[in-house]
Parts: sequence; C-alpha cells; structure tokens
Amino acid sequence: MQVAPSETAALNSYSPELRQQLFLCVLQLADTSLILGHRLSEWCGHGPVLEQDLAMANIALDLLGETRSLYQYAAELEGQGRTEDDLAFLRLAVEYKNPLLVEQPNGDFADTVTRQFLFDNFHYHFLRALKNSPDERLAAIAEKAVKEAAYHLKWSSEWLIRLGDGTEESRKRLDKALDTLWRYSGELTKPTATEQALQAAGIIPDYATLLPTMEAHLNHVFQEATVPVPQGVFMMTGGKEGRHTEHLGYILAELQYMQRTYPGMKW
Amino acid sequence: MPTEERIWQLLEEVSDPEVPVLSILDLGIVRGVQVQGEQVTVSITPTYSGCPAMNTIATEIRLRLLAEGITQVTIHNQLSPAWTTDWMSQAGREKLEAYGIAPPVDGTATGHVLNLFGKDTAVRCPLCKSDNTHLVSQFGSTACKAHYQCDDCHEPFDYFKCHA
Repeated sequence: MQVAPSETAALNSYSPELRQQLFLCVLQLADTSLILGHRLSEWCGHGPVLEQDLAMANIALDLLGETRSLYQYAAELEGQGRTEDDLAFLRLAVEYKNPLLVEQPNGDFADTVTRQFLFDNFHYHFLRALKNSPDERLAAIAEKAVKEAAYHLKWSSEWLIRLGDGTEESRKRLDKALDTLWRYSGELTKPTATEQALQAAGIIPDYATLLPTMEAHLNHVFQEATVPVPQGVFMMTGGKEGRHTEHLGYILAELQYMQRTYPGMKW
Repeated sequence: MPTEERIWQLLEEVSDPEVPVLSILDLGIVRGVQVQGEQVTVSITPTYSGCPAMNTIATEIRLRLLAEGITQVTIHNQLSPAWTTDWMSQAGREKLEAYGIAPPVDGTATGHVLNLFGKDTAVRCPLCKSDNTHLVSQFGSTACKAHYQCDDCHEPFDYFKCHA
C-alpha cells in the first residue's frame, strides 16, 4: 500500500541537513515503539490473568502499528532504498536510538506496569503535541497513535494505582520497580542534539512545554497510589545516542534472528 | 471504463476479514475513490495503527476489482483524518449487533479515557439486550474491541469501542 500523496508533500521542502536530522529522529521514535512493543509481546501467553495478557498484547500491537508508519517514513526520508524491514531487522545495537527505559526487562508485572506508565505518560503527551507538527506525515501518525496511547496511559495509570494502594505484596513490588526504573525516566524528556535541532525548527514539540501536564498526571497517579514521587535520583541517559544497556543486544538477537539467518526471507 | 459509482458498488461487496458481516463501507474505512481513465485509486484508513487486517483488505479490494477486469488499481493508506467510529454506518451498527458484537456507543471516546476508574460506558448486551453489563477489559479480542460481560445472561461479549 502506498502512502496518500497529501501525507508525503513535506518531504521535498527540507534542507538536506534538516532532512537527515528528521530521519534520525523518526528512526528514534520508531525504535522506541518497536523495542517496547517487542518487550510487551514477550508477555504473550504469560500474563498474570487472561485479560491482562490480552491487554499487553493489544498495546504491543498498537505500538508495532505506530512503528511501521514511522519506519516507512524514515525509509523515505533517508531515500537510500532501505525499507521498513531493513531498518527494523538489519541494524546493530549501537545504531538503535531508543531510550534506555523501553529496553529494560519485563521483570514482574509491577516492573512492566511501571515501565509502561513512565513511557505512556511521555508518549501520550508527546503525541498530543506532535499532532500539530507542520510536518504533515508526523502529524498524521500522531493523530492516529494518540487515540491508542490514551488507552495505554489509562491502563498503566490504573494498574500503578492498584499496585501502590493494593496489598502489602503489590506495594513492595511497586516500590522495587520504581527503585529500578525511575532512573530511566528522565531520558525521555532530555533532548539530544538531533531533537534540539528539530525542536528549534518547530517540527517536534519542545519537551519543556510537555513537562507541566506530564508532571500533573504523574503526581495525581502517585498520590492515588499513595506512593511518594522519587526525588534526587541520578538519571541514566545514552540510549537515544546509541549507548545501550546490555539488554538491547539480547532483544535484537531474538528479534533479528530470522532475517540474519535467512537474509531476505519473506512470509 | 469503470465509473466511480460502479467502484463504490464493488467496494460494498468487500467485507472486513475480522467481522465478515460488515462491508468495508459499513466500517467507514474507505475515504475516497478516484477514477481517471482506466486508473482507479482507492484511499483507505486503518481503524487502529496496528490493524493486521489492512493488508488483507487491500488485497481483497484488488481481487474484487480485478474480477471486473479493473487492473490498474492504486490503494492509498491514509492516516489523517484518523478513523472514528462515527464513520460506521447505521446499517453497519445493526449488522454488528445481530452478529453478537455490541456497536460503539457515541460520545464515549478518548475525551474520557483519562478519567481513571471512571464509570464504564453502559453497553447493551447484544444477546439478551440487557443494559446491565460491565466492562471486563478495555482490551479485547482485536485492537478495536473491548471485553464486556452481561450481568443478566452472564454471556461475555465484544464491544466495538468508541473511537472519536
């Protein structure tokens, strides 16, 4: 299927430098959704109850749908003949630009919910602003994905509250999950040089403008969960520049196995 | 030479692979048809980003048109404006309910999504028609459906969730 012409119009109006920056940024967004979608799909068949198994598989599917739209756009921006599949299956870990948070292991259900909440709270607010991007393609992708991200954020917010304000055991696990994962939350809104260039060009939202609504939602959820918001934690960064934790390599080994073993294989 | 009207008639015969009682026109995913000479362009929009039925639907459209001797077909994937359940036809809603899937309840979409632990949308059971039902999970058997259960006849059922 081709992309509708109204959504490809902006491609030629960018300078080569800006187009390259945009390519890297779209790639980063695609990598982020792909890796988190892949992580969630690892739960398939292992969820604590059937309904939540389905919920995580559904969220994974939404993220993979967004991933495809983004990789297709990235491939067009690059214009070197690579396809969405090449970008997903034939790059090395250092070439992946996803933030560290999304590659962290599933752990227990509290770890997965915490990772999802920290991501969704950024993702939803980011997409809401990206809908207004002058880049028509990104705006169209965001317009579609934000409706789905709203359901994801509702799901992860409600589960964070249930776990925090639930039993002694669920609270203990949530505390442990926050101990492990909070340090990865800061990278989401810390722009790289690439993101700064696109923010300056007005193509993606300035993260500073997202922070008030993100913080308001987070504070509300943590308050309902009776969990204090962690303070003074050193934030880990690097994923968006290709410096990953050891976990990404294992994900890619599984994700890319088929295309690496049988290059060009099709269904 | 195919006419636009004829193309719309043919598209009415292409059904949703997940919900075969619905045509793709009932579902509201066909956003436009253009005919220029022998060249036919059909624009479709996904219900959800990850909807795995999109490729199948594109293939079905091609096959249906091919059966009429229409070979020059371009199918555009159009993301904006994003699909909403408002585009589902009244006939589609009735067919959906008769099939056992509760149709979308208008005005219950995204604006309320962040109302945490809010009251569930009242959805009528497609089997016994009771309004005494409850939400089991926002996420159901496919991306476009939520999972409900009837408190009168106790049957679980799918609800085509509102997406506006």
